[in-house]
Amino acid sequence: MIAIIDSGIANLRSVQKGFEKVGVPSRVIKEPRLLRDAAAIVLPGVGAFADGIATLETTGFIDPLRQEIESGKPILGICLGLHFLFSESEEFGLHKGLDLLRGRVRRFPDTVPSSDFGLRSSPLKVPHMGWNRVQQRRAAPIMHGIPDGSYFYFVHSYYVEPVEEGVIAGITEYGLPFTSMIWRDNLFATQFHPEKSQALGLQILANFGRLAHG
Amino acid sequence: MLARRIIPCLDVKDGRVVKGTRFVDLRDAGDPAEVAERYDREGADELVFLDITASAERRKIMIGVVEKTAERAFTPLTVGGGVRDLADIRALLLAGADKVSLNTAAVQNPSLIREAAERFGSQCMVLAIDAKRCPKSKVRSPQSDGEPTNVESQTSDVEHAWELYIHGGRTSTGLDAIRWAERGVALGSGEILLTSMDRDGTRDGYDLELTAAVAERVGVPVIASGGAGTVEHLFEAFAVGKADAALAASIFHFREISVPEAKAYLRGRGIPVRL
Repeated sequence: MIAIIDSGIANLRSVQKGFEKVGVPSRVIKEPRLLRDAAAIVLPGVGAFADGIATLETTGFIDPLRQEIESGKPILGICLGLHFLFSESEEFGLHKGLDLLRGRVRRFPDTVPSSDFGLRSSPLKVPHMGWNRVQQRRAAPIMHGIPDGSYFYFVHSYYVEPVEEGVIAGITEYGLPFTSMIWRDNLFATQFHPEKSQALGLQILANFGRLAHG
Repeated sequence: MLARRIIPCLDVKDGRVVKGTRFVDLRDAGDPAEVAERYDREGADELVFLDITASAERRKIMIGVVEKTAERAFTPLTVGGGVRDLADIRALLLAGADKVSLNTAAVQNPSLIREAAERFGSQCMVLAIDAKRCPKSKVRSPQSDGEPTNVESQTSDVEHAWELYIHGGRTSTGLDAIRWAERGVALGSGEILLTSMDRDGTRDGYDLELTAAVAERVGVPVIASGGAGTVEHLFEAFAVGKADAALAASIFHFREISVPEAKAYLRGRGIPVRL
């Protein structure tokens, strides 16, 4: 069974439906003690960073989650769930994250240099919303069978900037190249939403299910 | 590169997909969940559900429709129509909507946009704007309580403007639609769904001037809506209207063209799309 952490207002239904569609048993959990029996953990998230971290804290998820990650259990962070794993976020002031990965969560700039030798700048629409390509840096197991450069669905205004380049598994271009996928040992995280990315997104959920259940 | 989006729109009335011309003369186009599933399979980039009637049971129907669709479609879903307060928004998000669009309630109570954006995030707050061409002297800026004709700074070389309508196009507001788009974004809307009432259902093409005017003025994505009749119109929405997404109903519902055919055409003309 895969445990999907209920971190407040996130739309957990779609993640669970995704697992159902690919035949992987999953359950939305509100109690941290249930993490222990799970074969793998999904940390989803929409909304604001500070609220999300605060909710994880008050519901008592942070320490048990840390323990399970250290024990080697597969974990998949999605969108804000990716941001939570990092040291700190610039979203509405500076806030501390779980610090499992070193680095900062930053906002996209409102303008980026134009193609004319960077002499002028052109506006960048934020949030980054829609389908964009993920260039795979390394062959992460959750991307098994997925062609390099495939499109996935994004909706976010902030992106992660890892200190250690070695954790980067996917890169996407939006005004600037940013990290769209992380892989370190048992830790996976995507900036995009697999549960909203049609067939290829479901393939990621199926791959993650296989990691969990062998 | 971020792909331009193709979004089939499902106008829902009494639990059925319908399509009209200039907001009236409705034709039946099927069961919402079935129609949504077909578009999901065809590779539509997102889906929009709009409840176009004001029946008392409207909300119950929409929540049922959203739930049924979320069961079967794995693509982002925007829901709108009759959303009045934070509780409505929360209920729709919990039922499986990824984004909720506000129209009438946002005009009547602009602080709802800010409150909803703070609570649920700008990324799921879509501001739906129904706009109709009018003489420039007819509209005023939404931020001022003054008399009409104070929009000189915005469209200096044209004599017309676009008036904002609410209640599904039935009530005029006297407000300048472009200024309202700017204000809505300042309040926290993460996207603009911009419908030309003059073009809706006519298949004469989008109001490109309106689309470009809004797209150039706001820092969030703009969905062009109203008037798509051919693939050429979709192309124009991106190339001339500078839209981030193009919404269409009739051409897809009545199977005149499929989503993959439309995308293949767009790619052939240099528009970045996801095939």
